[in-house]
Formats: sequence, C-alpha cells, structure tokens
Amino acid sequence: MKPREITLSTTPTPEEIAQLRLGDIVYLDGLMYTAREGVYMRALEDKANIPMELPSESAANFHCSPAAAIRPDGSFDLGAVTATASFRFAKWLPEWMAKTGAKLIVGKGGMSSKDYKEYFVPNGAVYLSTVGYGTGALLGRGVEKVEAVHWNHELGLAQAMWVIRCRKMGPFIVASDLEGNCLFERENEKISQNLAKVYAGTKPAVLKRFGETDDRSDELIG
Amino acid sequence: MISIDLIQKTAETLMDKAAVEIPDDYLQGLKAAAKTEDGDLSSFVLEAMLQNYEAAKQDNRAMCGDTGTPRWYVKMGNETQIEGGPIALEAALRRATANRTTGLPLRPNRVHPLWRTDHDNNVGIGAPEIEYGYEPGGEWIDLITVHKGGLFGTDYRMLFPSDGIQGIKRFYLDSLVAFGKRGLACQPAIIGIGLGGCKDTCMVLGKRAACLRTVGSKNSDPRIAELEDELKELGNSIGMGAMGFVGKNMVIDCNIEVGYCHTGGMQMSVHAFCLSSRRAVARVFADGRVEYRTDPDWFTDYQRRETVDWIPEPTPQEVTA
Repeated sequence: MKPREITLSTTPTPEEIAQLRLGDIVYLDGLMYTAREGVYMRALEDKANIPMELPSESAANFHCSPAAAIRPDGSFDLGAVTATASFRFAKWLPEWMAKTGAKLIVGKGGMSSKDYKEYFVPNGAVYLSTVGYGTGALLGRGVEKVEAVHWNHELGLAQAMWVIRCRKMGPFIVASDLEGNCLFERENEKISQNLAKVYAGTKPAVLKRFGETDDRSDELIG
Repeated sequence: MISIDLIQKTAETLMDKAAVEIPDDYLQGLKAAAKTEDGDLSSFVLEAMLQNYEAAKQDNRAMCGDTGTPRWYVKMGNETQIEGGPIALEAALRRATANRTTGLPLRPNRVHPLWRTDHDNNVGIGAPEIEYGYEPGGEWIDLITVHKGGLFGTDYRMLFPSDGIQGIKRFYLDSLVAFGKRGLACQPAIIGIGLGGCKDTCMVLGKRAACLRTVGSKNSDPRIAELEDELKELGNSIGMGAMGFVGKNMVIDCNIEVGYCHTGGMQMSVHAFCLSSRRAVARVFADGRVEYRTDPDWFTDYQRRETVDWIPEPTPQEVTA
C-alpha cells in the first residue's frame, strides 16, 4: 500500500495537524527555520532575543544544518539539506515550544512517545521525520530561497539559524500524532517480536559492561 | 616527481565526486535491495533514496545535507616522489578540503570538541585525517577521500577467544539493532567489521572494511569470506529495514578485515557506512595522467601480508620442483 501524500503549510491550522496520520508523507510550503543545540542554548540559556516573529512567520523548527555557504557578497549558496537526530534536543524542546509556538518539529529519528505526550500533544504539535536518512538533494530542491541566516557569527554556519522558504519541500514522514503515538516505537515493537529467533544460538560476552541491556525491545533514546 | 598543483586539483575534484556521486557498486547493491523490499515504509524510503541520487547528480549538489567528516587515505608506490614532499602533500589536501567545503558547498561539520569553534571549512586540529599506505613498485599516488558520517553506527568491544563466533554474532547483532532503531545508522549500509589488532587498530580495520572495500568484494581468506556472507544474511534477517522500519534490508554488504592480536583477546569493531557511502578515488601518475575510480582497492595482498618480508618464502612444492 502506498503511503498517503499531503501538502502542509509551515504555519498549519489545528485542523490540518489533526488530520495527519502516522506514516503519511508530507511536503511543506512556507517559511521554516533551523534550530538545534546552538540556537536553543543562545535563546533559552543566554536569553538572546529570537530574531524572528514566531510562530506567525513559521511554526516549523528543522533540526538541521544545511550544506551551505555565505558568499563574500552576502548571498547564500545552499546545496543539500538533511536533519540531525532530534532526541538530543529533548532537554530544550519543551521550553522552546512554549516560547515559539512551534507546531512542526522536523528532524531525524523522532522522539519518545513520552516526549510526545508530555509536551507535543499539549502544544498541538507533531513530529515530522526526514526520509532516508539523507534525501538531502531532494530536500535542497524544495528550498525556494534562503531568506536569512541569523547568529552565524556567534554560532558558526552549522549551528546558525537558517530561515528558508520551502516550496513543496519533502518528503517528510509523519512520526507522531495528536494522541502522542510514535511511529518508530510502533515499528520497533513489531521488529522486537522476531529478535529472539535472530539471536538464537548466540551468547552474551564473557566480560560484561556497565549499563548493558539484554532486553532488545528497549528504546535506547531519552 | 608528481606535481603538487595536480594533486590539489585532483583532490578538489574528488571532494565533489564523493559528495555528489553515489559509487556504482553501492548503487547496484541498493537497487537489488529495493527490489526485494516489501515493507511499505521501507520501500518508500529506498525509492526516495534512488531518486535522491539522481537529483544530486543533475543539480551537482551534495546527496546528503550532513556531508560527514571528510578524510583522506593516501597510498603510494615505492618509487613515488611528490613535489615539495609530504608537507606540501598534506597542505594540498587540507587546502582542497577547505576550498570544496565552501565551494560546493559541503556542511562545515568540523568543530573544536570543547569550544565548538567552527572554521567553516572542515579543517582544524587533526582534521581532515590523513592516513597512508604503500605498495611495492611504481611511481603513482592514490588519493582516496571518504566522507563518512560521524555520530552513529560504530562500536567496539573487547571479546575473548572463549566468546567464539557466537560472541561475534551477538555483538554484531547488538550493534545493528541498537543503531538501526529509528534508522540512526542510516541503513541499509556497507557494514565493516574489524577483528583483532589492538583497540585502535581494530577500529581502523573495521572503518576501512566499511569505507575502503566495495559491495561484492571478498576477503582473500575463504573462511573469512564465508563469515562475511553469513553475517550479511544474519543482518538482513533481523526484520529491520531503512529508518528502522519493518523491512528486509539492513546490510548491503558485510566486509571483515583482521589483524593479529594479543593471544588472550579477540577485539571486535563494527562500523556502518551509510546510504550515501561517500568515497572517491584517483590515481595520479608522474607523467600527469589522472585516473578516476570508485574502488579504493586498499586491501591488496601487500596490505594483508603475514610474513616478515614481502617476498614470501617459496612453498614446499616450489622448492622440490
């Protein structure tokens, strides 16, 4: 069965978010900004003023650093775009969402269903995962224009806040819904049922390691 | 004498090729995997990746936004001389890395581990890594760049002879399952395994097995080659596919490299390359010829030599003949 394809605004209405189902394929229109540890620390810990009107300009936060450069004349050259793993940003996301009204968190690997239930669902937000990982060229084609780059002097190009105008940018996969369900946990549960068979005949290492789990259905993020 | 300008120019071309062009051996492996994949989501992902390679090539843009941590493997024939010597060579490779990071552009991933200082060009302390190998005879230099991702899919464990093959399988599965969940390892990938050596050499062997051997290559020891096939099949029987979705394809190929180790140990490392498998190779000759290819051909008989001298002792049959 082919997944359903949906085009979504980066300032979506509550109804548009409510219609999304786990596994839907999404293409984005509108402004999206990149923000990861550098931006979170500067905005939330150093209390710097966020240089955009959020969420009216954009409710879509991309966990990303593009393959991009700023030319000597100040213009931007943006090639490929892919996400970085989001679970590392759980520390800052609740405060970020409260402060910026982000409704679409776009990244790699998703978060836990606990994260979704605790602060995505109350904020009416969902998680979109990039595909692959590494459809960087396809996503790069969906960037109509780089509108601005903020904080590149303070944070470097990779951690700067890139503001990009998306035109049918995708594909992304819906990885959480407004009930707090998690696509990756659903898949992990199915896969775990087969693992005992795959491991049959192997044996634990003679020298153990601290913190080791032998329960392979464990989620390792968080 | 090999021209240093030609080395830098060639290195710059290789930086672009690695980032933009998917090596054909991996592409064919992924296409074959896509044919067998029947998980809905996994199939969608593999089809999207195949489109992505086309888009990258058409637009001359990097395949993936995370363009990894560029590094160099350099191999020389025994008679090779480089204009300006090894210092000039290293400067040329560093310059090529910086120029094409801003030129293509690539993502300037490399930062100071503590101060997070970013030179915005992938050059810094110890970056890019430059590793060397030599071959008997010849006046040529092989420049190999690999832009492997830097965060997930790699692990090391000190195993012992009593762990045996079953212990190797266990740690292999643990690594694939742990990093395969949510697709953190960017699978299906070429999986490299290092066995033996010391801890550092074990990591080096596994990484080179993943990055410097092609899909379809075999270890020259037939029993290791058998284990490679067995582990490939085992990895693909997990039931996990691209992005950690239900699927059949986790391993495009499994390559094992070994080194002699401490008699009490059996060091093991596992390295997952990725869906973009960025590697590019060129041989530069003293007469100015440059031959581009995608097979690093790193693991020659000489690299895997077992004896004190390279010219092996004659076999007993040869002596009696």
